[in-house]
Amino acid sequence: MGLEIAFWILAITAVVAALAVVSLRNIFRAALCLILCFLSIAGIFVILSADFLAAVQVLINVGAIAILIILAIMLTREVERGSLPNKMQFPVLASVALFLGIAVFAVIRTPWQVSDLSPIEPTTTELANKLFGEGGFILPVEIAAVLLLATIIGAIVLMRER
Amino acid sequence: MTLGLEHFLVLSSVLFAIGLYGALSKRSAVVILMSIEIMLGAVSIAMVAFSRYVVPALLIGQVFTIFIIVVAAAEATVGLAIIIAIYRRRETIDITKIDLMKW
Repeated sequence: MGLEIAFWILAITAVVAALAVVSLRNIFRAALCLILCFLSIAGIFVILSADFLAAVQVLINVGAIAILIILAIMLTREVERGSLPNKMQFPVLASVALFLGIAVFAVIRTPWQVSDLSPIEPTTTELANKLFGEGGFILPVEIAAVLLLATIIGAIVLMRER
Repeated sequence: MTLGLEHFLVLSSVLFAIGLYGALSKRSAVVILMSIEIMLGAVSIAMVAFSRYVVPALLIGQVFTIFIIVVAAAEATVGLAIIIAIYRRRETIDITKIDLMKW
């Protein structure tokens, strides 16, 4: 019972915060609402018994990406202009509503094959075995390292003063 | 009423739709990046929900979510660097005014 209450509180918080991100005029407040949305997503990971992922979500998304976005807002004087919609606002709204209807219909109508095993807890050891163990995801981990290196170099090259 | 897979998938769809609306209908490039982050979060919820309810012993969905977070961090870094580089040169990040490559 407590899990359901927690789910509904987190879900409503996440949806309201996401709506605030796309509808607030003040971009700085929108970025703060984005942090709230990320925190609710971390809580939903906890409900889904993904403890390691919840910690990673708080560290990377709430900690690093939110700070990066707030720094970009401060460096570009965006707050003065505010977040304005473009010309396509109402066609986009209609097509997104159509997409949402189709997606929810498909989710509810599909007979998912839900397994009744209980989830693994804690997940950290098992995730490490999956990522680095035999027959695991070691090649994607290496490629992710190369991707992050390329990102660092790219960001430095783009931001360099000429 | 217990929590099922559908609850999380509907939540994920709603968040994805909100992010899609923001990404397609805003002028400011920073707000578009924020909307893309919401969409990536929604996909992460769907991945973890599938991992929890369909294959609870395998954790494949959680491994995928780790890679989603890595790629999201890389994308946000390069995206914001591009935005600030454009701002230095053009004094605006309104995407309706950045139309040099539009035919």
